[in-house]
Amino acid sequence: MTPPLVEATGLARWFDVTPSLWARLAGEHRLLKAVDGVDFAIRRGETFALVGESGCGKSTVARLAVGLYAPTKGSIHFDGQDLSLLKDRRRSRALRRRLQMIFQDPYASLNPRWRVADIVAEPIRAHGLLAGRRAIADRVGELLTQVGLAASDGARFPHEFSGGQRQRISIARALAGAPEFLVCDEPTSALDVSVQAQILNLMKDLQRSLGLTYLFISHNLAVVFHMADRVGVMYLGRLVEVADVDRLFRAPLHPYTRLLLDTIPDLSMSGKPRGPVAGEVPSPIAPPPGCAFHPRCPLAQDRCRREAPLARPRADGGGTVACHAVEEGRA
Amino acid sequence: MAGGAPLLEVRDLRVEFPTRRGTLVAVDGVSLSIAPGEVLGVVGESGAGKSLTGAAVIGLIEPPGRIAGGQVLLAGRRIDDLPAEAMRRVRGKEIGAIFQDPLTSLDPLFTVGDQIVETIRTHLPVGDAEARRMAVDWLKAVGIPSPEARAAQYPHHFSGGMRQRVVIALALCANPKLVIADEPTTALDVSIQAQIIALLKRICREHGTAVMLVTHDMGVIAETADRVAVMYAGRIAEIGPVADVIKRPRHPYTVGLMGAIPSSTRRLERLTQIDGAMPRLNAIPPGCAFAPRCPEAVERCRRDRPGPAEIARLDGVPHAAACWVHAPPAGAAA
Amino acid sequence: MAVPPDAPPMPAAAPRGLLERWADSDVWHSFTQSWLTMAAAAVTALLVIGAALAPLVAPHDPFDLASLSVLDSEVPPAWEKDGQARFLLGTDNQGRDMLSAILYGMRISLFVGVCSVLLALALGTALGLVSGYVGGALDAFIMRVADVQLSFPAILIALLIDGVVRGLLGQEHGARTAMLVLVASIGLSFWVQYARTVRGMTLVERNKEYVQAARIIGLPPILIMVRHVLPNVVGPVLVIATINLAIAVITEATLSFLGVGMPPTEPSLGTLINNGYRFLFSGSWWMTIFPGAALALLVLAVNLLGDWLRDALNPKLR
Repeated sequence: MTPPLVEATGLARWFDVTPSLWARLAGEHRLLKAVDGVDFAIRRGETFALVGESGCGKSTVARLAVGLYAPTKGSIHFDGQDLSLLKDRRRSRALRRRLQMIFQDPYASLNPRWRVADIVAEPIRAHGLLAGRRAIADRVGELLTQVGLAASDGARFPHEFSGGQRQRISIARALAGAPEFLVCDEPTSALDVSVQAQILNLMKDLQRSLGLTYLFISHNLAVVFHMADRVGVMYLGRLVEVADVDRLFRAPLHPYTRLLLDTIPDLSMSGKPRGPVAGEVPSPIAPPPGCAFHPRCPLAQDRCRREAPLARPRADGGGTVACHAVEEGRA
Repeated sequence: MAGGAPLLEVRDLRVEFPTRRGTLVAVDGVSLSIAPGEVLGVVGESGAGKSLTGAAVIGLIEPPGRIAGGQVLLAGRRIDDLPAEAMRRVRGKEIGAIFQDPLTSLDPLFTVGDQIVETIRTHLPVGDAEARRMAVDWLKAVGIPSPEARAAQYPHHFSGGMRQRVVIALALCANPKLVIADEPTTALDVSIQAQIIALLKRICREHGTAVMLVTHDMGVIAETADRVAVMYAGRIAEIGPVADVIKRPRHPYTVGLMGAIPSSTRRLERLTQIDGAMPRLNAIPPGCAFAPRCPEAVERCRRDRPGPAEIARLDGVPHAAACWVHAPPAGAAA
Repeated sequence: MAVPPDAPPMPAAAPRGLLERWADSDVWHSFTQSWLTMAAAAVTALLVIGAALAPLVAPHDPFDLASLSVLDSEVPPAWEKDGQARFLLGTDNQGRDMLSAILYGMRISLFVGVCSVLLALALGTALGLVSGYVGGALDAFIMRVADVQLSFPAILIALLIDGVVRGLLGQEHGARTAMLVLVASIGLSFWVQYARTVRGMTLVERNKEYVQAARIIGLPPILIMVRHVLPNVVGPVLVIATINLAIAVITEATLSFLGVGMPPTEPSLGTLINNGYRFLFSGSWWMTIFPGAALALLVLAVNLLGDWLRDALNPKLR
């Protein structure tokens, strides 16, 4: 088996959210454990999706995966190289070119003062991939055409485009350095459904033609089902279940995964009521002890309140699940 | 639902925004009605005019926008031309409102209980003690645990989902006959969305309140609404019983919209894609607004604007679409 | 709000030139909608051109001592009794033509004003940008210094800097040095406002996704600050600069009036007012009223422009 392209081991990122200077001086620290010990591997050419509700840490994982944050603990490797290397700007040039990111907000992700051509050309210029005005302009035109815009659109400013078109520009910029790995942080959640369909189709087409690997972050389970090969479900900074997309959607094991799947709106109008789940996501600053999901879990027992479950292989061999109830055969 | 006087009737509504680059027609010739106790979904993408239709009904169009034509009737009485003071009394008492962001709907300086008490006392002839008791009952009814204690807390003590519950209590506490809910679950997490939708549905059924549910989320509509109006570029493309519209959409826009929604049960290699984008509101093409993107458009679609024409009836409830190809008006040569 | 909340964006028309875009912009449009703003712009332009071209348009050269005559001293304005057509606004106690002195004085006032604003702008923007982008201890240090400075009135800071520099240079120095001292003292007393504004906006912009995109590409922080953040924070800085220009001109006049600014041999508006005010009660009112009026007109016009610019660039008011 070929080694994975991206591998996270015990990945954690804590933020110091100590409220006041005095508390800080007194040595008190309040930590927000946005990501707290996450393991996953992404194979070359696949789409690995992270799904979860707000505050579960999925966007933090996205930023760790492109080196915007440095891990507090653990590591993340890209093609065998530790991403902590990215701190050294000179030595990591070749590495940087190979990973890129597409953001959620198409209005904040493009510099409003720059022309589209300059935005798309930025990675080319920064990495010195092409020399000469002509060559860069040609490449930018090619990229814009590739994402379904016109080469002449490069002369315009971002505000002249709709949300979906801006997301295409964002994708063109991400592709400019010919990367292998794209981190997509909620790339369509700010878009209308018909525009979302256009962008998702485009992303699938690009993946096929360019052999891209995606880390796809979303809260929308239907979108994840459509896009992903494998899915990780996050809850309060941890991965509770990882599995192939079909296994996860057909045979979810973790109670939280089941809860999430129950909340998908039923468009087939089968009359099946959405299971309204009790409770809300607790604050990640003061997560419940033991399994963080236990206050909302219908299967919670004493052990769940005491002891955090470890990720163990699913019985069907297609992934991992971190749940005492599953392990004990109570699920 | 069919027959009987409608609670709300919107006739040929037109909302305009004058700008120096020309007038934007944000809502154009929208007619719809809501029966007592009925839930009408209004669905559409950004710029379709769905929120403005809701805002026009409760008289909350922000200047320079204005209602440039048509009528809004509540229980047979015109309310679109009421003076501001009279309209304020209608809001809250007869029409409640729930907005997307629960934080902006609540006053951060007053306790949740005080806000509900104030609304009750403004609109209902009850004393303070009685209003306070009702406020606690409402908090309990919307599923807030230990309502007595929570009533004395401020909005920032509540989580997003809990806040939206308070907003629902606030919208319903004066027993309005109609509630306008504009994207009530969009700002919430998926697991909370399901809770809020279930709550809204249950509580409106219990009180016989009609709901105009404005959203971009077809899933929410499918679960909640009795009928649905699909809007495109300020116009109603299709309106009818929700099951019929979702399972047998006629208007090519609705067909495309339904195909664009990814399913969690059946995976397709590609989603149906409607190419292009909605026209800008100052450049809506003549004829059918969807014609430039429509795969089935014929000559007439680019020339004449189609009106709503009935294509089916489900339990006596009409299903109409504005489309020359799929809903030719009765009497005309198909 | 001029556009319905869920309207699609404005037209994606064909790419256009800068001039064309400017003529179609909301800023230009709001300019043409307000006669007060247009009047203020006209007055400002007139005063600035008059001051800039003083050697060409002034009827006399107030610095040419040879052309001065004591016989011409304290001549009232041309329309008064004893007025002379040569001296439209009269003369001062040394026989200098007031109109010429005002034009030359305004030249100095504006020069000092513009230079000190540029100094404050450059210093404040740079510090604010670094403070907001880098954060941490450096940010805390810069902002505490700003807080301390802000707890004193700007004029006091200017006086202090002025005093320190003069102390270092000794009393003997020419008009050029005086001008530099003025620019430094006014500039250094006004940087805080820029720094705070730029820092606040940088904190917002820094977390926007386009900045993160630039970081992922691997651009060094200095380039991200200059190329990405700076162009997005300059709008409010220009508004502050316009309003600050008026304040800087007044501060210069105040310092000169207090005798620590421009020397009487090369008077600014403040020096002229100071010089004339001793004669106010002996009947020669024109020596102080006219420079004062010129100062007031300049400040008012610039302030009106600044107000308009603030409103025009504020998306909430548009």
